[in-house]
Amino acid sequence: MTVIPVQYYLVVAAALFCIGLAISITKRHFIGMLLGIELMLNAVNINLVAFGRHDPERLSGQLFALFVIVVAAAEVTVALAIILRVYGRFKTVDPDKVNELKQ
Amino acid sequence: MEAIIFYMFSALTLGAGLCILFSKNLIYGAFALFVAFLGVAALYVLAGADFLAVSQIMIYVGGILVLLIFGIMLTQQKEKSDDSTRHNRVEVPITRKIWGFVAGAGLFGLLVKVILSSDFRMAGEEMSTKSTIKTIGVELMTSHLLPFEIAAILLLVALIGAAYLALNRNPTA
Repeated sequence: MTVIPVQYYLVVAAALFCIGLAISITKRHFIGMLLGIELMLNAVNINLVAFGRHDPERLSGQLFALFVIVVAAAEVTVALAIILRVYGRFKTVDPDKVNELKQ
Repeated sequence: MEAIIFYMFSALTLGAGLCILFSKNLIYGAFALFVAFLGVAALYVLAGADFLAVSQIMIYVGGILVLLIFGIMLTQQKEKSDDSTRHNRVEVPITRKIWGFVAGAGLFGLLVKVILSSDFRMAGEEMSTKSTIKTIGVELMTSHLLPFEIAAILLLVALIGAAYLALNRNPTA
């Protein structure tokens, strides 16, 4: 059984992180930005798991990734509730149009 | 054999990510995110994290993605308006696209340069092919008990907070 080097995982995770960053910059929709953030969190988890392979006794990397998943679940529920409130008040989902604080 | 499967699932994940990036319709993006999450779960399995892969599928695909699709459907708005005095909206998204491409490609180049020039010296030996569930359970209940309890409190607070925020407190609006 060949073992895949850790650099391969890191490169894939870096590419996924940068795609997520580009998504959350370019999308003109609150939920589109959330999709990008979820993708970035997943990329970070790949890094943690790839390094956690070398710690089979304590599995710190996998435990940390588990807590990241929990925090991501909490984050996305609160973010969706806030998005629904913002949509109910401003009737828009474009982050550029919610600029009341600017005026 | 394992390398081929690794390349295949990496290509699947990255292709789904690019599909989200270039799709106009957000629902298609959400379904591409589904494929990306499954690909990431497969990468977890290849890295020896079986329990984490199952939790990824259950939490992300079963929970977060359904929630995101609900959010997309609840915030649908009509593109066209019957109001003839309203200005037509001209989309000028080009600066966002440029900045997104510059930030993404620049960061990717930097990260790949750092990764390829680094020389990791791993202390422990590679993981053998055994299940990680027992180790994760023992670790969660012994040395990581405090973060575990804090995560429980955090989930409870997020649940109550989200329910309170999403309540319609002003029915006339």
